[in-house]
Amino acid sequence: MEIYDGEFIAELEAVAKRVRSHSITMIYRAGSGHPGGSLSGVDVMVALYFHIMKHDPNRPDWPERDRFVLSKGHAAPSLYAVLSEAKYFPEKELETLRKLGSRLQGHPCMRKTPGVEMSTGSLGHGLAAGNGMALAAKLDRKLYRIYVLCGDGEMDVGETWEAAMLASHYKLDNITMYLDRNKLQLDGPTEKIMSLEPLADKWKAFGWHVIEINGHSMKEIIQATNEARGVKGRPTVIICHTIKGKGVSYMEGSLHFHGKAPTDEEYKQAMKELGTADQ
Amino acid sequence: MTWKWESQREQYGRALVELGKERSDIVVLDADLSSSTRTADFASAFPERFFNCGIAEQNMIDTAAGLAASGKTVFASTFAVFGTGRCYDQIRQSVAYPKLNIKIVASHAGITVGGDGASHQIIEDIALMRVLPNMAVIVPVDSNETYKVIKTVAKTETPVYVRIGRADVPTVTDKDTPFEMNKAKVMRDGMDVTLIGCGIMVSKCLEAAEELAKHGIDARVINLHTIKPLDEKTIVKAARETGGVVTAEEHSVMMGMGSAVAMCLVENFHVPMKRVGIPDVFGESGACNELMEKYGLTMENIVEAAHDVLKRKK
Ligand SMILES: Cc1ncc(C[n+]2csc(CCOP(=O)(O)OP(=O)(O)O)c2C)c(N)n1
Repeated sequence: MEIYDGEFIAELEAVAKRVRSHSITMIYRAGSGHPGGSLSGVDVMVALYFHIMKHDPNRPDWPERDRFVLSKGHAAPSLYAVLSEAKYFPEKELETLRKLGSRLQGHPCMRKTPGVEMSTGSLGHGLAAGNGMALAAKLDRKLYRIYVLCGDGEMDVGETWEAAMLASHYKLDNITMYLDRNKLQLDGPTEKIMSLEPLADKWKAFGWHVIEINGHSMKEIIQATNEARGVKGRPTVIICHTIKGKGVSYMEGSLHFHGKAPTDEEYKQAMKELGTADQ
Repeated sequence: MTWKWESQREQYGRALVELGKERSDIVVLDADLSSSTRTADFASAFPERFFNCGIAEQNMIDTAAGLAASGKTVFASTFAVFGTGRCYDQIRQSVAYPKLNIKIVASHAGITVGGDGASHQIIEDIALMRVLPNMAVIVPVDSNETYKVIKTVAKTETPVYVRIGRADVPTVTDKDTPFEMNKAKVMRDGMDVTLIGCGIMVSKCLEAAEELAKHGIDARVINLHTIKPLDEKTIVKAARETGGVVTAEEHSVMMGMGSAVAMCLVENFHVPMKRVGIPDVFGESGACNELMEKYGLTMENIVEAAHDVLKRKK
């Protein structure tokens, strides 16, 4: 993979900023959606689609492609914005989020949106589905890799840990999970609703290779992913320390913006901070 | 007809807080949606009797079972899609089979969830719950009835599934009429055809009855809030007296309320019948009214069904 020169990282960061702007605009236009969780995972998704993964927007079903599963499906707006930036479909279509007849459903639908690998929205399914893809790759002796993005709220879900066991039992070193550790779920802080710590130790105990990074640093995301590719015989989880609502000052660390669209005033302010994506 | 639109969830929250004051055996569980289901109101009033289980619905239901087995009256809440399908085995094995005192009060049911799309729009929860032995199934018609249903089911000692919506719904009942569990409520008398609705569709039935009246058709409207146990007496009586039945539900036509009515009539008193409901397909994102239209849940759909039934009447 390339050297991390400043210019290259700056390009990724510029894409991430546009994706954030698109995401907020889409949610604002739709009048509903989940801004907080959409913003916290943006940098991971941009690093994946614009640097790490091999994929081809002209052939979304290319058999050799790497796969990305958005387990925290409520972050759909940012996935759609990334896919549109990556040219899976026209930017104009982002306007249709959550509208009747749109290919862009409130939560990802693999039968409707080109580039979406798995239908999600009910939390806690994505890692197991990713495992299935990883098993298929092994069966077919393919080299493609599986990347899954989970919310920390999803660590409450029993199935997450069932999948954690399966991945290490079958030595799935071709799957990497990014854990969006923004420390908030819907009803409050994770440590207040259902405490997760010591989280890294839990994953280690389940047989995973664990890396902890700043989830908003492109450089750290790419380095950690490179490290994960080198790990043989077991899966890797990258615990990404992030900020819910990252990029819009009043959304950062805010519970209110877990599942609420910004008002007109709030939207203007957000665009001031992010710049409108179509400039 | 112009309706006042009010929130069912708000009344659920209010009823729970009152119950908490009245009785110390009431405990409430939620799965990281307390701010949406409104169990948060109970949580702030009685923090020691509220348990947030996190995003772990299966865990929540079995925890409810343990509490109920230890003498508590348990209300467990989350979105309907997660509170039925996600934890079906837990409900079957640990709630229905042992007949425990658990009330699953699930919000955000049906297609009126809107923008979240098919993943969140459960259109099969009535079907899932009504096939379980020992499980009662209630769909409160509006905010007033929601309040009364909660107060009423708290007095029972067996499993109940209560289905409420996300969106505000038309208020079609008043605060004072008592709620009678297991007894279908005749909302309007008529002798030509019977329109049986549940939930938000009762208001559409009342609108349809007005429309039919303009054409000289006298429709009876029934609010079938309790889908199980089914008030067969009221249903058969209506079929006998009016000779035709239309059902209307914000649910899949597969095995929902309409199917329950159809089965009852096939065995007891056969009349022409038509089920208005969501066809056998998943929903999608959209505005509530657009979705109601696209998936066949309008007043016009009911009127059309009534005409069809009338044509087939001997
Ligand atoms: C099984 C299930 N239960 C409940 C929900 C409702 N819900 C949507 S988002 C959310 C909180 C998610 O928290 P987290 O995974 O930490 O996501 P983030 O904070 O990154 O948005 C909940 C409870 C759901 N989508 N799926």
